[in-house]
Amino acid sequence: MNINLTLIGQLISFLFFIWFCKKFVWAALIGMMEERQAKIADGLEAADRASRDLELAQEKATDQLKVAKQEAAAIIEQANKRANQIIDEAKEQAVVEGDRLKVAAQAEIDQEVNRAKEELRKKVAVLALQGAEKVLEANIDENANRALVDNLAAQL
Amino acid sequence: MAGTNQTGTEYIQHHLTNLTFGNHPEHGWSFAHNAQEAAEMGFMAVHVDSLAWSFGLGALFCLLFSRAAKKATSGVPTGFQNFVELLVEFIDGTVKDSFHGKNVWVAPIALTIFVWVFLMNLMDLVPVDVVPYLLSLAGVHFQKIVPSTDPNVTLGMALTVFVMILYYSLKIKGIGGFAGELALQPFSAKNPVVQALFVPVNLALELVGLLAKPFSLGLRLFGNMYAGEMIFILIAMMYSAGWILGLFGGVLQWGWAVFHILVITLQAFIFMVLTVVYLSMAHEDH
Repeated sequence: MNINLTLIGQLISFLFFIWFCKKFVWAALIGMMEERQAKIADGLEAADRASRDLELAQEKATDQLKVAKQEAAAIIEQANKRANQIIDEAKEQAVVEGDRLKVAAQAEIDQEVNRAKEELRKKVAVLALQGAEKVLEANIDENANRALVDNLAAQL
Repeated sequence: MAGTNQTGTEYIQHHLTNLTFGNHPEHGWSFAHNAQEAAEMGFMAVHVDSLAWSFGLGALFCLLFSRAAKKATSGVPTGFQNFVELLVEFIDGTVKDSFHGKNVWVAPIALTIFVWVFLMNLMDLVPVDVVPYLLSLAGVHFQKIVPSTDPNVTLGMALTVFVMILYYSLKIKGIGGFAGELALQPFSAKNPVVQALFVPVNLALELVGLLAKPFSLGLRLFGNMYAGEMIFILIAMMYSAGWILGLFGGVLQWGWAVFHILVITLQAFIFMVLTVVYLSMAHEDH
């Protein structure tokens, strides 16, 4: 139990071991453990980000689906409207065409009627003249007759 | 027992004598042949066994831990790396709890102290006669295998801690700050004359407090381990007193060893924590 140089020897070995521990043990271990901590933190963050991305993607998909549905509905509606419009237009055209045909037919009929009237008039005039010739049985001047007949035809 | 014709006192005396190499006034540089010669060598002597065991255990610590550190990966830790990381994390936490300054040396110091002191204390659990007996067959007469039962070892470490305390106190606080801390506390007065009167009183109190730190640190470890070792030796004496007492001694030794597992860990931890606390105090700038 004597105090002697062992004291100094122990002091020196203690300092040596501290230096060794600091240089070759502590620095490496702490660095490695911090690296792992960073790694784990990164991993957790990545997982967070991935789940957030997933959520976002789902939201986006839902949105897109909704938009697509809206678009489809709009297209269908437009198509319906267009169909109705076409039908209406067709109806209108048919009415116009019908009217036009009617008017044309009427005009033709009127024309025919007028022609028939004219013909009748002429024939009546000739008949009347023939009747009158027969009645008179005389040589009436051809020219005077013609004037008479024309006059009569105009009066008819 | 090393020799069956020893008396109990001789047996104990034998177990408490270090293998000493030193400058004997009559025989010159040589190994001491008995405790008296070792005492006569004075300061110029070395406890070969204490130094060899403590250095060997320290080297073992360095070897194991540096190998673990070299192999360590930041991936999933396995086996010994797990254990080392557990220890490192534990020490790191303890240091962060009680040391608030900025010094990268404190944590490695704490780790070194904890593992090294633990390993030195652990030698206490080796049955007291095994190594000395084997070495006596090889011609080595004295052997104390528990370095921490040697006051030179514990006080040597405490002295190192004391040097660190002084170094960091001077570095952080400066000479003036450190001297002021010693001279102007705990008594202080506004009146300069009264203050001057207080200075010697303060110095006396604070210097005692300062010196008590390393002494209590070293002697606490030494006392605990020495007492534990002493009880192991006393128990070991029962082995030569018939087989009934020998059997009883075996049970006692087992029980004391189990209890001692707690003591050696606790003492290593206390030495470490106190060192950290002392260094923390040295870093506190007022």
